[in-house]
Amino acid sequence: MAKLNTPVGPRDHIIGKPSAPITLVEYGDYECSHCGHAYPLIKKLLKQFNNELLFVFRNFPLQESHPDAMAAAEVAEAAGLQNKFWEMHDLLYEHQDELDENNFGYFAETLDLKMDKFQNDRNSSAVTSKIESDFESGIRSGVNGTPTFFINDKRLDNYDATYESLADAVMQAE
Amino acid sequence: MILQKGTRAPDFELNSTPDQKLKLSDLKGQLVILAFYPADWSPVCSDQMGLYNETLSFFHKYNAQMIGISVDSKWCHLAFSKHRNLHFPLLADFEPKGKVSKEYGAYNEKEGTSLRALFVLDENATIQWSYLSPEGINPGADGILNALEELNKEKNKK
Repeated sequence: MAKLNTPVGPRDHIIGKPSAPITLVEYGDYECSHCGHAYPLIKKLLKQFNNELLFVFRNFPLQESHPDAMAAAEVAEAAGLQNKFWEMHDLLYEHQDELDENNFGYFAETLDLKMDKFQNDRNSSAVTSKIESDFESGIRSGVNGTPTFFINDKRLDNYDATYESLADAVMQAE
Repeated sequence: MILQKGTRAPDFELNSTPDQKLKLSDLKGQLVILAFYPADWSPVCSDQMGLYNETLSFFHKYNAQMIGISVDSKWCHLAFSKHRNLHFPLLADFEPKGKVSKEYGAYNEKEGTSLRALFVLDENATIQWSYLSPEGINPGADGILNALEELNKEKNKK
């Protein structure tokens, strides 16, 4: 059984309280349609389980199959440096079929980011090293495609793209 | 049962492209990862071969060569490989069908395809780690990397 190799830490982007009894980690790719499909399911899950759930998103851009995935991950992380990671994360998934340079700029403006800083940060070592370390932690944890979920450190193999499969897994972890 | 640790890996020569063959014994001196898998074009997003394609740089750190093997033909492999931008060879265990897979214990008689089985071979083509994945589950790359890391540790001890 594959296990999360890198514990949730201060570099992670989280929704929920670190003290929550259940931790759900997603390894995702902004251009992957299956991750786009899972995006509203996660929103619903966070509503249903509210205080019980801590959600963590880590980057797993599959660059050979998704040419814009890396750029999108950089955009999200750069927005994160201005405390707008989740806002950008949402915009990217909500416009998954329109990931291009124009829209990246447009999203950043929509979020009122300081544009000079945003553009500089996108290719900064801070951003690339975060994405690379996310990716490596995923590989070492047995991520086998996107999205891959871990619930309380155990890889979820029963996710079948339905809300129920996620909700059942969370309930079983309780 | 698939071949286990300590077994010498049976040699083989299979097509890696329509006009090229790859012989296992020619890779002597390198670590080799053999990934038997059921079929090209399987439906899961970023499937197993796609994942290995993204993790080649991690394998290369250990001087390990990744090789995929299935019973698909050389022309099918060529199309699949081009479509997915794969940067490692796919071998066609096509004629006689599944011969190599059978020698490794990695053949599904009922389906007529290779099983999803992984082997890590040392520089002398001795199997140092093998793993049969449950049906329908992509094993990921963590087991391979752990095996390569172990081999590296032992080498450094010597």
